[in-house]
Amino acid sequence: MRLKKARGLGRTMQYPGRLFIVEGTDGSGKSTQIYLLKRWLEDSGYPVFFTEWNSSDLIKSANKKAKKKNLLTPTTFSLIHACDFADRYEKMILPHLRAGYIVLADRYIYTAYARDIARGCDADWVRNLYSYAVKPSIAFYFQTPLEISLDRILRSRPQLKYHEAGLDLGLTTDPVESFKLFQGMIKNNYDEMAHEEHFHLVDATESIEQQQQAVRHVVAELLEDYETPTHVTTGGTVR
Amino acid sequence: MNQFYGAGLPYLNDEPYTGKLIVIEGADCSGRSTQTLLLKQWLEFNGHSVLNTGIKRSDLVSSVIDEAKEGNVLGKTTLSLLYATDFADQLENKIIPALRAGFIVLADRYVFTLMARDAIRGADPGWLEELFGFALVPDMTFYLQLPPEVLLHRHFQKRGYLDYWESGMDLSLSTDMFESFHRYQTMCNQEFDDLAQEYNFITIDGTKPIAEVQQILRGHINTLLQTL
Repeated sequence: MRLKKARGLGRTMQYPGRLFIVEGTDGSGKSTQIYLLKRWLEDSGYPVFFTEWNSSDLIKSANKKAKKKNLLTPTTFSLIHACDFADRYEKMILPHLRAGYIVLADRYIYTAYARDIARGCDADWVRNLYSYAVKPSIAFYFQTPLEISLDRILRSRPQLKYHEAGLDLGLTTDPVESFKLFQGMIKNNYDEMAHEEHFHLVDATESIEQQQQAVRHVVAELLEDYETPTHVTTGGTVR
Repeated sequence: MNQFYGAGLPYLNDEPYTGKLIVIEGADCSGRSTQTLLLKQWLEFNGHSVLNTGIKRSDLVSSVIDEAKEGNVLGKTTLSLLYATDFADQLENKIIPALRAGFIVLADRYVFTLMARDAIRGADPGWLEELFGFALVPDMTFYLQLPPEVLLHRHFQKRGYLDYWESGMDLSLSTDMFESFHRYQTMCNQEFDDLAQEYNFITIDGTKPIAEVQQILRGHINTLLQTL
């Protein structure tokens, strides 16, 4: 057996593009924030490419089928999401970064890491799975007290999905109780990697406007030395 | 104790199982499937329960793999991971339950085939090794070794033509399929020879007649089954 290499999550980026990603538990408001960031960047004339977790066409049908049948084990659950990510990474994220785009990702490798470890996969194994992916220019972590994110989700969703509630972990058979425990584990995993992975913490209890301002401030700094690729036509809106 | 190559499946109860996992590796047309079938008949005749398994046979993602291969639209990491998903599904939902129930599991190819095909396509060996760290260490692994020249004729006999993937055409080694087949199969052989050393395969000369190869396999398996 070869010696294992010591490694963090992902590798250092050396492409002309920028990669801004958002992470956080369900109900942390991160999707709202990245949407507003996208609008702002597009309207400012930047070439933006947006991608979200679990959205590759290829894997979608297989994923849905498998989840419906509750066929997935922690390892296959992890791998099927790794397939989805790899497909989007190889086809979309990486080529756009190389071409100099600003790539916005709603969830990135840290989501896999936080969830898979909560499901009982080996931490180093999961790190290895995503070791080919570049580290983002910045990762915003929308930190929310558990009660708040739970409340947001539970109020808006009459029925929790099996895997979403972490029922596959067999912690309890009550979906709401299981969801609370599972989300708590995920939040702990995020909190633990926040320092090591240099997350930029955003207090998700603040107003939407305040959070967006904080996000834009950081992004603006990271775009100071950014150069728009020469041949790209951007869709800045006419105002 | 159950042994895994790496991190294993940490969330599983580590109940020791009584079954045996026997793996047969070898190129396409190496006689793997014929030998596996004969072994199954022989083992069942002797009163053993047998589960036959292979790679790319689970219903989880095999249709995705087939679709993707048709259009050749997948990146290499994605394809590696799809195969790994498919294998994991079979390991956890078929192989391990069968071993726990005391079956003899005959695997017509195993993670080594996946490691070899990915390594040839430029995957980092360390990455592959850790990725497949969830695989159970087989009780016995056989490797049917055949030179590309012999495989070539077997391919012609089986299909009448050379297969796109078996010729490694996706690697762009040569636009000439005949040339590409030879180079690709040589690379596969090299890779398997390396794996054979690292993972203690029992290498068998696949050019021998079917009956002779079968006798060799049975000899080794008899030794393994003495403990049952």
